[in-house]
Amino acid sequence: MTQEQKFQAKIDEEIRIEPKDWMPEAYRKTLIRQISQHAHSEIVGMLPEGNWITRAPSLRRKVALLAKVQDEAGHGLYLYSAAETLGAERDDMIEDLHSGKAKYSSIFNYPTLTWADIGAIGWLVDGAAIMNQVPLCRCSYGPYARAMVRVCKEESFHQRQGYEIMLTLAKGTEEQKAMAQDALNRWWWPSLMMFGPNDKDSKHTQQSMDWKIKRFTNDELRQRFVDMTVPQAEYLGLTVPDPDIKWNEEEGHYDFGKINWEEFWNVVKGNGPCNKQRIRARKKAYDDGAWVREAAMAYAEKRRKRSEAEAGIKVA
Amino acid sequence: MSDKKNWPLYEVFIRSKNGLSHKHVGSLHAADAEMAIENARDVYTRRSEGISIWVVESKYITASSPEESESLFDPANDKVYRHPTFYNIPDEVKHM
Repeated sequence: MTQEQKFQAKIDEEIRIEPKDWMPEAYRKTLIRQISQHAHSEIVGMLPEGNWITRAPSLRRKVALLAKVQDEAGHGLYLYSAAETLGAERDDMIEDLHSGKAKYSSIFNYPTLTWADIGAIGWLVDGAAIMNQVPLCRCSYGPYARAMVRVCKEESFHQRQGYEIMLTLAKGTEEQKAMAQDALNRWWWPSLMMFGPNDKDSKHTQQSMDWKIKRFTNDELRQRFVDMTVPQAEYLGLTVPDPDIKWNEEEGHYDFGKINWEEFWNVVKGNGPCNKQRIRARKKAYDDGAWVREAAMAYAEKRRKRSEAEAGIKVA
Repeated sequence: MSDKKNWPLYEVFIRSKNGLSHKHVGSLHAADAEMAIENARDVYTRRSEGISIWVVESKYITASSPEESESLFDPANDKVYRHPTFYNIPDEVKHM
């Protein structure tokens, strides 16, 4: 058996791959790409929501949103840490994000125009993220799977807080209900796009399934999301902005309309409503923090030298 | 590759409650050990996951290599006499 065959045999037996184990270069590269882009999505994902922290309508909503945004930062850090076990350097990953070489989830290139968007993001965007992330808890690469277990535990609070916001608005005044409907209208399709291209157009799917990085295809997960979410929208008394949504008795699934892939690829290519703004904000945070990182390093160095000098005196 | 401006990497171990050992949870970057503890508190214990934190700079951990795992661990496989079930004791003998 070649090393590659042995590796695949381990995967087929559901034995997890750990950092120092032999792995094909393409497996390592695929994981670094996927995990770092996942990390970037968590970090950039803080921006649209951070936009509403200072304007949250009550203290209860504000502490929840603060905690949620802090969680997203934590999720980004778990994931960068997992990517680093594969030999990726933190600085290189950040640089790739800033240069546009690495992508992040396109959903965060849409603006948060009203408070209802915070509800819609928690409900739909985090709902779609959970759908993607739960199977990743069984990913063949150990550190990624373990990071996902922690992320998923924390993510369900995010979705519930979002749905609660939607529920409150939907039961509120006509104006509030209209706000909730408007947010659903704007976030529905981008949420479906979060699962990625259709299976027939997804170039990475088959290899990732064989390596058990992915457990389900994009279309399978998207269908599950639609099946789960449509009844939740009905409970809110809101209308999903797709005239083709219909329960298909035979299939046991909801049928839904065609996704505008042209819009998807356009946003991926950098032409979404907020792409430039998001990267600008990330770069600014990084550049403005440079002096803090350097000062902390210089201080640590000074303290290390001092304690070494003191130890030297004691020895003498 | 990187120009080494990264803060050093620390591995983080958390004791979830008294009576249990510290368990590895992940890693993070910090300028020094003190900051690593502070960051670990924010990154890994936001929901009361721990009551004690250990950090150690990753470069100080020596790990066994998967290539040696046969020579390290396989010898234990054929030493069944190290397990209690290897020994024949009549059922009538109690408390053993």
